[in-house]
Parts: sequence; structure tokens; C-alpha cells
Amino acid sequence: MAPVLVCERLVVEFDGFTVLDGLDFTLEAGELRFLIGPNGAGKTTLLDVIGGQTRPRAGRVLFRGQALTRRPEHAIARLGVGRKFQTPAVFPSLTVWENVAVAALGRAAGGGWRGDRALTARVARALERVGLAERSGVRAGRLAHGEKQWLEIAMVLVQDPAVVLFDEPVAGMTHEERERTGALLTALAGAHTVLVVEHDMEFVRQYARRVTVLHQGRVLCEGPLAVVQSDPRVREVYLGRDHREGD
Amino acid sequence: MRADRWTALAPTLLVSAGLLLLGALAPLGLSDFRLSLLAKFLTWAIVALSLDLLWGYAGLLSLGHGVFFGLGAYAMAMYLKLEAAGSDLPDFMAWSGLRALPWWWEPFRQPWVALPAAVLLPMGLAGLLGYLAFRSRVREVYFALITQALALIATILLVGQQPYTGGTNGITNFRTVLGLPLAAPSVRLGLYALTLLALVGCYLFCRALTGSRLGWLLVALRDNEGRLRCLGYDVVWLKTLVFALSAGMAGLAGALFVLHVGIISPALVGVVPSLEMVIWVAVGGRGTLSGPIVGAVLVNAAKSGLSESFPEIWQFFLGALFVGCVLLFPEGLAGALRRVAARGWARAPVPRLPRAQRPAREALPSLEGEA
Repeated sequence: MAPVLVCERLVVEFDGFTVLDGLDFTLEAGELRFLIGPNGAGKTTLLDVIGGQTRPRAGRVLFRGQALTRRPEHAIARLGVGRKFQTPAVFPSLTVWENVAVAALGRAAGGGWRGDRALTARVARALERVGLAERSGVRAGRLAHGEKQWLEIAMVLVQDPAVVLFDEPVAGMTHEERERTGALLTALAGAHTVLVVEHDMEFVRQYARRVTVLHQGRVLCEGPLAVVQSDPRVREVYLGRDHREGD
Repeated sequence: MRADRWTALAPTLLVSAGLLLLGALAPLGLSDFRLSLLAKFLTWAIVALSLDLLWGYAGLLSLGHGVFFGLGAYAMAMYLKLEAAGSDLPDFMAWSGLRALPWWWEPFRQPWVALPAAVLLPMGLAGLLGYLAFRSRVREVYFALITQALALIATILLVGQQPYTGGTNGITNFRTVLGLPLAAPSVRLGLYALTLLALVGCYLFCRALTGSRLGWLLVALRDNEGRLRCLGYDVVWLKTLVFALSAGMAGLAGALFVLHVGIISPALVGVVPSLEMVIWVAVGGRGTLSGPIVGAVLVNAAKSGLSESFPEIWQFFLGALFVGCVLLFPEGLAGALRRVAARGWARAPVPRLPRAQRPAREALPSLEGEA
């Protein structure tokens, strides 16, 4: 597999505090990768750098060989990097349908503004996929929290991005919704490259294949879940604490 | 499908027809003085609409819309003044000691330059200022402050450059427009009709815009700008566009205003009038298109009524109205009415169409319309 996303020696500082400290990170095309680590390890910041919300002080991000680091957010999105935020980021005054249509038009293959049945079909398919087809005409602001999460996922899916970044997708979800989310992430991998930041170790254990552990702005260790779990350094900074609290 | 489409259009048609009907009946019942007052209010209603498009839909508050209104007004006034002066120098220039007409006044002798300029100059200024501000990611509050500073600067410039702008007195004493005497009752009536049509035209334009895909983007911009950016939209251009469109509409209103009132001066375009414009929209209901029209007319009717009888308390009343509105009816008159109406319908025995069955209708017309 070829790398689709490469981060090289990323450095991010906020007010003199180093959040990413020369981080190197690579995603292979089509994989489902989980990113874990204690609070402040730099997980969300890494997503922000990839998506263009944060500019690194040093280092660069390559997407299919193209540097993303100097590009504005909208250009990165158009290249094919989708983002699902931690708290659902939707447009509350627009209907569910309009939310997804706005997303579809933001990255319409072959020039956006031409109205056609293809758009209608794309929006319908995305809504079908997340189970919101029945709710198309409802204003997004009136949706339940879980539904908003699904709506935002539909907005990401309709853009068909090559790389999808998920920031804590199952936060605040019911048990059933978590299973649906896990199944969706698994299904997305292959055609898409999926990077998931997740705090919920139960969820990670259930769905993760490869896991990257961040600690103090660097990659602490990386590999299949079993290997990562047995790494003593990881047990020390992360899983160890989890063990003591959980078991 | 077809019937659905008519249902969707019904409120728009109703408002347009209502405006035209009321507007057409007004000349029958009003004295010339009241009619020209109403015409003035209608030009302000256009400003309120333009501000609502920017603030109510796209979420960008301009505290300097008087400047764009003023640019349109001054462009028209320059033309009217030159037509009144004929081959002479405009009177205020002669009083200030100017010997020749400044070169940049010359093009405004032509109505086909001055009239488009009344719309295009405000659009250009807003486009430039907006692009620079939005590119450097100026936040909403700072955008409002920048536009307020613009209003202040504009007033200072207009007052200070008396030989070119007429200073504090502004530009006045017009005689004719396109050769027609401004004082003639038939011309006044014609201008009133023109203003009414302009208002309805602007209303329909805003309605079409907000109902289109661009309208979705404006609302999306207001709701969550960051989200829109990561969906692949360059919001700088989107904001610049809506700011420029809004400014152009305000400029059109300014040009019409001068025709009715016969004067434009810094006091009509500065910080205070700009704030009053915001109040009209807040009182009428931002984010609705009929609200600001009603707001502008009602507030100004109240203003002229009250300031005829108690000139000294008007300012206090206006302040109280604004504060009261923000506290009690944050969505303005239109929002309050809509809420009452919604409550009434909810009690009605016949249920409305379930919303879930309506997406096709909501999505398809606009898709077909633009295909």
C-alpha cells in the first residue's frame, strides 16, 4: 500500500507550549487507523494541522505527494480531506437535506453550481446511508444529538473524500449508535482512508486494527492493537492508568 | 408538484401584491406632504432589506450602511446639482472659492454615468473593504466596528471637504431630473411609483436569492462559518459578494431618497443614521424579508409622529424601543407574529403535511430552477 498522507516533523506551539513536537506520521491508502493518547497528547491538533485549521510552526503534511501545509482550509477540503468534528458541526437553520446539499456542492465533481438529478441522488444516497432519509425536511437544529452526529457524517460522506478525519465519533452516542458507527468506519475503510481520534478504549478495542499512540506531541508507538496494548511504555502513559481505573 | 410550488410561492406573492396594493392606494388618501414622507420611508425600507440580507441572513452586522446609502445619494445629488446649475459652477463651490468644476465631478453630468454609479460605487467600496477585512479573518464584532469607523470617516471627509461635497449643509437646491421638474405633482407621483416598484423589485430579488442555493450558503455562513470552510467553500468571496450586493441595494435607496427629499447631507449618512437602520431591522425582525420593510416604515412613522409633537423625547423612545425589542422580541415583530401564528396552527384540527414528506418539494424546485 502506498502512503496517502504523510506528516513530517510537525511542530505546533500554542503560547510557548509545545503541542506537537516534531511528529512524524504516515497513513496508508485505505486503512482504518485509530489515534489514541492521553489528554493533551496532540490528537485533535494533528487533525487540525491536516485539515488546515492550524498552521504548524515547522514540518509539512503531504497528501498524495502534494503539500497541504500552506493551503487554506477550503482548498484542502476540495482536494479530498473530510472532517467530522467532535461536537456535531452542522447548520442548525437549514434542513437536513439542505445541510447535505451544501456539503455536496462544496466538492461537486466537475464544477459545483450546475443543478441536476445527480446531486439529488447523491444527497439522497448519503442520507439513506446514515438513516436520516425520513428526516430530510427537518431543521438540523431540531435533531437529537445523535442525529446531528449522523447528519455531519452524511455531510462528510457525500463529499466522497479520500481521507476522512473523525474526532471522537462515538462521544455521547448510545450503545446501538456506537455499533452502527463502528460498522460504518469499518465499511468506509478500503475505498477511503479513515483516521479516528478516540478516547473510548472499549470502542477502540472493538474496531481498531492499527493504532497510533500519541504522547506529548510525538508518536509513542504504533502497530496492531495487541502489540500496542502490550507495550510497557503505552501501559505506563495510557492503558496502564486505564487498567487501574477500569479493571 | 405544481400545486406545491404555488404554496411555496404564496407568501412571496402575497407580500408583493400587498405592498403594491397598499402603495397604490396610498396616494389617494394621503396629502402630498404625507405621500413624500411615505416615499422617503420606502427608500429606507430598501436600506432595511439590504441590511437584513447581510445581517439577518449572512450574519454580518454592518454599522456603516449609511455610507453606502450616502454614496448612492451623493452620486444622484451630484447629477441633480449639475443639471440644476447648467453651465454655471454649483453654488456651494462658488461660495467656497472654487473656480472650476473638479474633474471627478464632470462624469456625473451624465445621468447614464451617475445613475449606475449610485449602485456601483457602493458595491465597489464594500467589495474592496469587505475583501480586505474578510481575507484577514476579521471577526463579526470587529467587522461591525470597522464599518462604524467607516461611517465616522465618511462623515469627517464629507464635512471637511466643503468645496467638493457641500460640507455640513450637503448638496441641495435641485430643480429637474432628466429635464422633468422635481416639484411637479405628476413627477412626484411618478417617483413615488418608481420607489414602490424598486422596493418590490428588491424584495423579490432578496426572496429569490435567499431561496436559492446561494441563500443556503448565506445561512450556513451565519450558522457555522468554520464548517462551511471545511466543506470546501472559500467564505471570503461569499462574504464579499453579499456585502457588495447589500451595499449596492443601499446605494439604490440613497439615490431614490435624494429624489424625494431634495437634499443629502452628512447628518443623513453618518454613525447615528447607520445605527437607526440596524434598529429598523431589529424591530421588524431580521432573517425575515417582510419584517425589515415593516420595521423601517413603522419606526419612521413613529419617529415623524413623535418628533412632530415631542422632538426632545424621540431619541429616548428610539433607544427604549431597541432595548425592549432585543429583550422581549429578539426575532422582531415578524418573528413574534410568526410564533403566534405557529401556535394557532398547531391547535388547528387539520394537521399540516408531515415535514418528512416535504424534502423533495423543498429541494427540487430550486434545482430545476437553476438547471
